[in-house]
Amino acid sequence: MSVRRTRLRGILGQITTIAVTLLGLLMLTFVIGRMMPADPVRAIVGEDATRETYEQVYLQLGLDRPLWEQFLRYLGDVLTGDFGNSIRTGKPVIEDILHVMPATVELATFAILIGAGLGIPLGVIAAVNKDRWPDHVVRVFSLFGHSMPIFWTGMIALIVFYAALGWVGGSGRMSQFYIGMVPTRSGFLLIDSALAGQWDVFRSAVNHLILPASLLGYSSSAYITRMTRSFMLDQLGQEYMTTARVKGLSKGQTIWRHAFGNIRVQLVTIVALAYGSLLEGAVLIETVFAWPGFGQYLTNNLIIGDMNAVMTCVLIVGVIFIGLNLLSDILYRLFDPRTK
Amino acid sequence: MQDAILDVKNLSIRYNGASEDAVRGVSFTLGRERLGIVGESGSGKSTVGRALLRLLPGARVTADRLRFEDVDLLDLSEREMLKVRGRRMSMILQDPKFSLNPIQRVGAQVAETYLRHFPANKAEARAKTLEMLAAVRIRDPERVHDLYPHEISGGMGQRVMIAMMLLADPDLVIADEPTSALDVTVRLQVLNILDGLVRDRGIGLIMISHDLNLVRNFCDRVLIMYAGRVVETLDARDMDAAEHPYTRGLLAAQPRIGGTRGPLAVLDRRPEWKEGSTP
Repeated sequence: MSVRRTRLRGILGQITTIAVTLLGLLMLTFVIGRMMPADPVRAIVGEDATRETYEQVYLQLGLDRPLWEQFLRYLGDVLTGDFGNSIRTGKPVIEDILHVMPATVELATFAILIGAGLGIPLGVIAAVNKDRWPDHVVRVFSLFGHSMPIFWTGMIALIVFYAALGWVGGSGRMSQFYIGMVPTRSGFLLIDSALAGQWDVFRSAVNHLILPASLLGYSSSAYITRMTRSFMLDQLGQEYMTTARVKGLSKGQTIWRHAFGNIRVQLVTIVALAYGSLLEGAVLIETVFAWPGFGQYLTNNLIIGDMNAVMTCVLIVGVIFIGLNLLSDILYRLFDPRTK
Repeated sequence: MQDAILDVKNLSIRYNGASEDAVRGVSFTLGRERLGIVGESGSGKSTVGRALLRLLPGARVTADRLRFEDVDLLDLSEREMLKVRGRRMSMILQDPKFSLNPIQRVGAQVAETYLRHFPANKAEARAKTLEMLAAVRIRDPERVHDLYPHEISGGMGQRVMIAMMLLADPDLVIADEPTSALDVTVRLQVLNILDGLVRDRGIGLIMISHDLNLVRNFCDRVLIMYAGRVVETLDARDMDAAEHPYTRGLLAAQPRIGGTRGPLAVLDRRPEWKEGSTP
């Protein structure tokens, strides 16, 4: 009974935290929308509108009302799923974002799989061989990934692997030839093309995805490697590792069966955060590879001052991070018996 | 000695980067008996224990002889060593708070020793584990089997540790300060359990401790170490007849119930003892 009650209280506490965070986030986006030097009325009516038209739109937007009332109205709109229309496309912002998001999710997901798949083993290798040559090699390799500007590596990689070697596809999500051949269902090109049985398109999509995803994965693996190495070093010095060795386990067995289980929780957290920042939009890589994703959408709208779109994008990024934090909290409880 | 299980002659150990040997010229033999190694912090007693298990990465171990039963510990490959550790020689570590893996169930950790050394399935290993948990006098083995280390007390944790290290029926157990992390009230209980098992199974025991009284009560023979050397070897019952001034100093530094209330003697540490000149 009391266990259940404390657990219930924990869940309620979590929900409150999320609600407060969301409210704070909404306030922030609202303030950004009002403080930006871009004039929302001018953006709608255009440069040569008459004074009457301007005033009419000004009143329609409720800009004459006090700020708190405007905020409440914004809050109400958001809660009912109305994020306003995009000035650029005239369509509801949320529709536009749902259209570009799958491209980014696809890219980010592959990138994080590569990043974690590369970074975690490398971090473990570096920790186990601390201050010996594998450690140095790994450190140089990840420092390289961390410090090379991604737009530059992106271009060089395109020149080498696409233009010179022809191993991968160029810019965009698939070859020009295939565009429009697959009906959009989920928006995830790999899923849609597989569902439609269009394996040529699928192959083309993989071909185009592999290079930007590898580059993003490599750059986020730098962080993951470094953190894995330090988490692992902490565990390698623990007494229970000696116990495992005394039992007759080999060094490798003690690392994977004992130490790795103890860093899982921390790994989940940092991989989730890395994934979040990839979703937030790999603006540079999306630009270099002409990838029609979230990062590109956000940048374009920032440049022309389409505030409804920008506010919604910021909101979504916030929601993504809240969601990932929640997820890593849940996994934390799953992986660590001490948190029960 | 006919049935010596351990024969150590002139053992020296130096940690990498150290300017002095941590252990210098230590020699002793061990039969199916209980040997205590006593000394203060830094005297090299734990280092000896770990050297026997070859668990001192980054240290140079030299000896004229380092023989354990039929194997030479000095030139055994690591692969062969894996069959010795846990199976024929094991070690009970100091503090179960740190020496048990916090995220694995107690039973699984004990069973791992068995699964590592015997071709057994999970059910057999579980049965063996429960039997062993009962042998260390855990009243409800089924329940404890599924608990995590943070859910059991220190005394119970140390009994789990003993179960884990005796499960594969080794010939030699090194107990490295097995009770110094425990409450005084459960120390004796845990030691009695260890002692009973060691006697019943005819296991050789090396008890490493800084507690002279404990060692004299639970061991047959005692090595006194100072600054990496063995300064005196005594039968436990002849402890009061110790000759070396360091041993006498250790004995004098202990309070006694009903003794005088005056200040206790302060340990004298003479540099010449480091060179092993016995007076």
